[in-house]
Amino acid sequence: MLEIKNLHVSIEEKKIIKGLDLSINKGEVHALMGPNGSGKSTLSYVLSGKDKYEINDGTIDYNGKNLLELDVDERANEGLFLAFQYPMEIPGVQTSFFLKTAINSKRKYLGQSEMDALEFAKLMKSKAEELNISTEMLKRDLNVNYSGGEKKKQEILQMSMLSPKMAILDETDSGLDIDALRIVSEGVNKLRNSENSFLVITHYQRLLNYIKPDFVHIIADGKIVKSGDYSLALELEEKGYEEISQTA
Amino acid sequence: MAATEQTIKQVNTLGSSDYKYGFSTDVDEIRPPKGLNEEIIKFISAQKDEPEWMLEWRLNAFKVFNKLPKPQWAKLNIPEIDYQDCYYYSIPKSLKDKPKSLDEIDPEILKTYEKLGIPLKEQKMLSGIAVDAVFDSVSVATTYKKQLSDLGIVFCSISEAVKTHPELVKKYLGSVIPVSDHSFAALNSAVFTDGSFIYIPEGVRCPVELSTYFRINAMNTGQFERTLIIADKDSYVSYLEGCTAPMRDENQLHAANVELVALDNAEIKYSTVQNWYPGDKEGKGGIYNFVTKRGACRGKNSKISWTQVETGSAITWKYPSCILQGDHSKGEFYSVAITNNMQQADTGTKMIHIGKNTSSKIISKGISAGKANNTYRGLVNILSKAKNARNFTQCDSLLIGNQCGAHTVPYIESSNSDSMVEHEATTSKINEDQLFYCQQRGLNSEDAVGLIVNGFCKEVLQHLPMEFAVEAQKLVAISLEGSVG
Repeated sequence: MLEIKNLHVSIEEKKIIKGLDLSINKGEVHALMGPNGSGKSTLSYVLSGKDKYEINDGTIDYNGKNLLELDVDERANEGLFLAFQYPMEIPGVQTSFFLKTAINSKRKYLGQSEMDALEFAKLMKSKAEELNISTEMLKRDLNVNYSGGEKKKQEILQMSMLSPKMAILDETDSGLDIDALRIVSEGVNKLRNSENSFLVITHYQRLLNYIKPDFVHIIADGKIVKSGDYSLALELEEKGYEEISQTA
Repeated sequence: MAATEQTIKQVNTLGSSDYKYGFSTDVDEIRPPKGLNEEIIKFISAQKDEPEWMLEWRLNAFKVFNKLPKPQWAKLNIPEIDYQDCYYYSIPKSLKDKPKSLDEIDPEILKTYEKLGIPLKEQKMLSGIAVDAVFDSVSVATTYKKQLSDLGIVFCSISEAVKTHPELVKKYLGSVIPVSDHSFAALNSAVFTDGSFIYIPEGVRCPVELSTYFRINAMNTGQFERTLIIADKDSYVSYLEGCTAPMRDENQLHAANVELVALDNAEIKYSTVQNWYPGDKEGKGGIYNFVTKRGACRGKNSKISWTQVETGSAITWKYPSCILQGDHSKGEFYSVAITNNMQQADTGTKMIHIGKNTSSKIISKGISAGKANNTYRGLVNILSKAKNARNFTQCDSLLIGNQCGAHTVPYIESSNSDSMVEHEATTSKINEDQLFYCQQRGLNSEDAVGLIVNGFCKEVLQHLPMEFAVEAQKLVAISLEGSVG
């Protein structure tokens, strides 16, 4: 699915990622954990194609394609999804209209006809119910005056409607109370299957109680310093980043 | 930021090829020589078979025009206009004697309107919308005429109204925009060619949208639209105008005068979707759009609402205004003005509060891209008798790229301590993070800009009649095509 080799990234001359390797196969859930400033969010932006980052070295293969050559929207339409840490507000654009536009952009890219209005309404309703999102909220402007938890739920709703192949969750757990965390995690778990993959970026082990990863990686100073299975997350919780990084 | 660089690069590559109404129609024309003089005015009047009083009115306006200087207040770079190097009248030969039915109209002209999405033939007519189609200097056809006249509604070309309803024309023409208002107004009064005339009788609510579609076709020809709408007591009308022109390298002049009169409890809703040819990306060609639009809320409780979507023209100079004479009368102005490439727009409104308890609302959204300049210029004037007058103004500007400009010039004059005037203004750049967010959801950059800008304009677009709101949304997106990488 995704193969990152020797990735070096800088922003305004400052090196952020310094030789990162990561390989994610179909059907796998990987967790990426690390302290602030370790390069977690940078990686999510580089994968999704945000343009202020400079790739100094390395390759990223995504399903046989050179990911770095694709535009942001091409990556998205090829099934790469980023659940934003800070979802953007778009005033004047109704949430349901945004969802429809996103779905139809993807269908257009894939050479399919637009989704029928009724089919869309049904899909949106069922997915929104799963996430405990009210229809009233879908009528509001996208993310405008949403609470932190509502914004994150909205990200997961978009994800479940677009059913990506490769989903990156950038600190989706931050700002969520325990109930919202459970709902969001259930939403993610429902999507998990043998054909798609997830990269879950988080500070805390707490989220991983709900979304059980197959692999856990610890990132420090722009590199993966330790990889393991779920038990690594528990070990991290106990010892802290500093100790784990040192023993690596 | 790299996206900003791309923005600029894309703007530079944007050509006028995106203007899909740029074709021209090949028809034989009747066209007197170039030049502005008494002879040409007499010629126009004679062609239209006008009564003597109309000709005199025109000749008087021409005298006034000769004395008035060109208005200078706008923040526009207007090249010197050589009024002698312009044709003032051009009509397709086939329309010389007004065709009695559509079968007599040159099929080329009918095809033109069909291509523009305005079918005139009965079986294809737009439902719920009556259309008056103006081609260069003459009205081609007016649909739904019979159905409207059964209600007592008069909807015809102004040339026709001069002959059929002289008492109304004499009473109201020039009563809202005096001939001497400024030089463009005087010029229009002297040489106006065609436009629409509407009279809604007392107590009638017009059941369909009335609409005029203006098309400039002939080269080097000015179009001098004149529209007069009168809503008698307790009546209601919603009117929409659309405009397009072929792509030509020379600039062309469109100088319009539009007058609205609302009597007691009457309401006029006037919407414009202006999409004149804007010129190419170097600023060659395009329409000079000098428009005077003014509405008088003469009766108590009357209401006039202007909604405009201005996307075309090389230069737009336009201030649809309301004179709030009647007590409790209301004026509204909702505007979206988009300028791209080398386009210039100086647009806004004037709200003149005269009556007691009058209120006005101004919502203006200006969007600039490329090297364009966009100015909001507005006046809220509250006279001493206008007790308890209220105004709310909101002006928002959005910039795309860093070579364009947005300017807000609000004037507020209040001679009355009971009145309340609120003004809010914002200027922002299109947010790169919003664009990235939309693109990450699969929208290409143009769709993303279209979506965000449409969101920005929503408050205004939702005031358009439903049939046109969707078209206007598309137009907003199209006029910014290529403005972001």
